[in-house]
Amino acid sequence: MTAADVLLLGLGAVAVGSALLVVTTKHLVRAGLYLVVCLGAMAGLYLVLTAELVAWVQVLIYVGAVVVLLLFAVMLTRAPIGASDDLDRPGWPAVLVGGGAGLGLAALLIDAFRWTTVDLPEAGTAERLGSEIFGSWVLPFEVLSVLLLAALVGAIVVSRPDIGADR
Amino acid sequence: MRPVIPYVMAALLFGIGVYGVLRRRNAVLLLMSVEIMLNAVNLILVTADTTARAALPHLDLITPHPPPPTGQVFALFVIVIAAAEVGVGLAIVLQLYRLRASVALDEVPLERIDA
Repeated sequence: MTAADVLLLGLGAVAVGSALLVVTTKHLVRAGLYLVVCLGAMAGLYLVLTAELVAWVQVLIYVGAVVVLLLFAVMLTRAPIGASDDLDRPGWPAVLVGGGAGLGLAALLIDAFRWTTVDLPEAGTAERLGSEIFGSWVLPFEVLSVLLLAALVGAIVVSRPDIGADR
Repeated sequence: MRPVIPYVMAALLFGIGVYGVLRRRNAVLLLMSVEIMLNAVNLILVTADTTARAALPHLDLITPHPPPPTGQVFALFVIVIAAAEVGVGLAIVLQLYRLRASVALDEVPLERIDA
């Protein structure tokens, strides 16, 4: 057990625990705040795994933008203060499928990587990732920017009834 | 570093996300569960990138330089796609709330309503 292993275990436990709270809590707003904890712990995991730029992008985009959007949606649809009892469907199929997927994948990965230990490679800094994106992956990058623009326009068209499609 | 730790964490997070998608009937909570699943996939990508780069330190034998962090590039792409997805998804959820005053997913009619 090295220091990186201990950090990975601790941050992973925080991430898994807060993700469990996200899918089980009865409070809508608290689910969003637990999601912040989960995504922040995953940013820490990325940092330990030498993915510096990905960690900071995760903090900026997920914790900064996506969670704020989700909390906006919670407030705009219905914001009950306190617990609400009508958030869940009956649970057995979900437990079966979700538990099966999670534990099955975990067993597969444990079987494959049980004794593997690697040294951490050098960090994926903004410089290295930038040269990689704008070297090998520049076409997917441009396609993604078009996709973002299309999603933006689509969101505006969907959410404005006066310019949307005829119903 | 043992890569099995983040791999197992990612598998468990993915399972939790699947559970949330199937269990929750509030549309915003369902989107949160989808975010958890996307993050699990990102964690797999970053861990695989770290493992592969550590296991294959010099892919290019002629001019030896460190292998590129391709998995991290993919993780960035997935983050961008998730941002686009959540934008469009929340627009649809808000429109659903405006039409039906509820975001409960099992009350959404699947057939066409002729108003």
